[in-house]
Amino acid sequence: MRSPPIPEMATQEVQLSETLAHLKTESDTLKGKLEEERAKLHDVELHQVAEKVEGLGQFVMKTRRTLKGHGNKVLCMDWCKDKRRIVSSSQDGKVIVWDAFTTNKEHAVTMPCTWVMACAYAPSGCAVACGGLDNKCSVYPLSLDKNENLAAKKKSVAMHTNYLSACSFTNSDMQILTSSGDGTCALWDVESGQLLQSFHGHAADVLCLDLAPSETGNTFVSGGCDKKANVWDMRSGQCIQSFETHESDINNSSEADREVAIYSKESIIFGVSSVDFSLSGRLLFGGYNDYTINVWDVLKGTRVSILFGHENRVSTLRVSPDGTAFCTGSWDHTLRTWA
Amino acid sequence: MTINTLAKGGWHRDQMACFRKMEKVIVAMQDPDMGMKMRNQRLLITVIPHAMTGRDVINWLMQKYNMCEEEALHLGGMLVRYGYIYPLKEPRSLVLRADESPYRFQTPYFWTSTRWPATELDYAIYLAKKNIRKQGELMEYEKERYSVLHKRINHTWDFVVMQAREQLRASKQRRKADRIVLECQEQAYWLINRPPVSLTLSTFRIYFIAHFVCVCVCVCTFCLCLQIEFCRRALGRNRVKSSICLEGFVKYSEQYLSHDPIMQGCLPSNPWISDDTAHWTMNTEVRVPIPSRLRVERWSFSFMELLNDAMGRREFMTYLEKEFSAENLCFWQACEDIRHGENSRIVEKVEEVYKNFLAPGAARWVNIDSKTMDKTLKGIQHPHRFVMDDAQMHIYFLMKKDSFPRYLKSDLYKNMLAKAIVPQEVKKSVFPFMRRQRHSSPSPVPTLAQPAPVSDARAEKPERVDLPSSIVCVGHHSNHRKGSSAFTEFKARTSLST
Repeated sequence: MRSPPIPEMATQEVQLSETLAHLKTESDTLKGKLEEERAKLHDVELHQVAEKVEGLGQFVMKTRRTLKGHGNKVLCMDWCKDKRRIVSSSQDGKVIVWDAFTTNKEHAVTMPCTWVMACAYAPSGCAVACGGLDNKCSVYPLSLDKNENLAAKKKSVAMHTNYLSACSFTNSDMQILTSSGDGTCALWDVESGQLLQSFHGHAADVLCLDLAPSETGNTFVSGGCDKKANVWDMRSGQCIQSFETHESDINNSSEADREVAIYSKESIIFGVSSVDFSLSGRLLFGGYNDYTINVWDVLKGTRVSILFGHENRVSTLRVSPDGTAFCTGSWDHTLRTWA
Repeated sequence: MTINTLAKGGWHRDQMACFRKMEKVIVAMQDPDMGMKMRNQRLLITVIPHAMTGRDVINWLMQKYNMCEEEALHLGGMLVRYGYIYPLKEPRSLVLRADESPYRFQTPYFWTSTRWPATELDYAIYLAKKNIRKQGELMEYEKERYSVLHKRINHTWDFVVMQAREQLRASKQRRKADRIVLECQEQAYWLINRPPVSLTLSTFRIYFIAHFVCVCVCVCTFCLCLQIEFCRRALGRNRVKSSICLEGFVKYSEQYLSHDPIMQGCLPSNPWISDDTAHWTMNTEVRVPIPSRLRVERWSFSFMELLNDAMGRREFMTYLEKEFSAENLCFWQACEDIRHGENSRIVEKVEEVYKNFLAPGAARWVNIDSKTMDKTLKGIQHPHRFVMDDAQMHIYFLMKKDSFPRYLKSDLYKNMLAKAIVPQEVKKSVFPFMRRQRHSSPSPVPTLAQPAPVSDARAEKPERVDLPSSIVCVGHHSNHRKGSSAFTEFKARTSLST
């Protein structure tokens, strides 16, 4: 045991540890109270409420389109509001815009870094945003001019101190929300690159985010390596709510005060990398690390169907804006649209 | 001398969780009562005890987890790939065959989770043993690795050779069947952990370099203070009973069920299945003359639904104009524009809004309560993105509580609903080989000839920029040509194969 060389330091240490202990007790008491309050209102389970709901029949979903063209693992994808175009990014640094319906490639950008982990389509359909190991989020306005080099018009918007894990446009082309391995999320003005709001509170890397538009203003949820999912108010930067859950990292978040249901099956060994709800919220699609997609009945808590097709881990999954199909990207270098 | 094991903590915990699950399955398979029936398998002239066939494995999985054969094959395949079951014939082919091929359980000593990572030293000893035993008959890749290791850990090579000899001597004293079993197990272990082509195990490795960085939670006064603050705020929040919240969700789900194409199909057909884009053409943002029934019904679900649909918003505006309260919606749209627009134009937009809607005697004055009005006017002195929030909220709820329900009861809405079309269902073509031609659609990106549509500062036009419909009419064909030539050029330049 080391002993402090100066007597004053000894007293300081004691004082500090006392304050620390005091704060810890206060924090624990409050947490306990919070749990009590939450427990009081937890009067029923989801499956009880869902008892009177009809069960679902057999589901037949197949791969309807396969998009080939990436040279390496597909890491992220996003739909355009026109319901048929998508943007995808991969480990080889390429970001491709496809018309998924015809499977044509419409635009391609080569990023200066590899591992482009995040990409997003602007609501207008005129730009895409992407980023990854370069710690930045860049916005590329799309152009049909065949002579134009898309990379020339690139706008560097977000700057983090660690890798970019997810990005998303908010209601317009003008603002973009990002999450990063440096443990923060941030809201940026696209035109000027200015930081509008930052969100601190995660203790480790933030891996994903999802927007939750509401009448009274905008919130979003973020999930991270610290096993927490936090709900934030975009205007004030405050964390409104925090959920602690899961045995492992939260790789994907999709909107719902407490954990309502856990979807698991004994025979499902591998973790899920990405999830999304169907339009009505009745179905939950999960892309798993064992190359499959499991479809869950959200209300009954049962697994409705399992889909095979990818030859490697499914890394990203999103339902189309009108709910007619969902698209998955995988480490097998392809994307597939299912309906 | 072993290489440092970052292994079981930190970023391997995901894999550990998976291994534990797989091990649960394996243990269940070996349960004396409910597990698999084992038998002796012949391998050349030796009889190997406690083996099973691939078919047995699949049947057991199907029965125990109530799954179809495809899924059982998939799960069983995983067990083989990760070394929990190994094949006796063709040990290098790590697949599960649904036939009489013999398999055995790997001993827990050699489970990947218990002996991870596989160390260089152990691998060297294994190769040395093989070298001595088969008198230099290593496979090509093994020979390469052997020489690499020989160079790298040359300083301990005596130890390696000595260990190898000792282990071989010990094994000679075992019964032949046991010896073969042990050799199989060891071989299987190394096939998993040092595969010939290192791709298979890349999933074990740092699959997300990014995951490396996992900062530990440090308990310091600052963090604790934040937590306390957070808890206090959280306790003060309004809460709702689970039952209310969950019933709300169930209701939502039921209401939207008929609108969910994956659940109930869509009319006339799902474009992804039938290759026919009629469903999209019928439901485009604004330009369709008569909307579909489902779409019009959806406007009645909530005020937000009505406003989110450009056509719905336009209809609602027409209604409000009849009621002489259109300035409310215009004001709301202008505020949205400020909230979501560019930083640089905030001041100018706030000015406009004040002039048009809030100033005394303004052309389209909106009726806000005096308290909110005062607060807003004060805020305008130092305009920022959210300065109009309170006023906007007030007007929003005014419309929602008053105008919206009346709109739903109005003739305007009822007529729209009556006129709305219910498309005929079009089944997929009978001949599966006759695939419909998939037409491309004009890109939302503006062409060279036409600049990007400028969003009007005034609030008449809806905030969200629609697919530029002007381009649909004018530039359709030229777009298509441009598009395809751009693609050919693009293909040549980037040499991406379709």
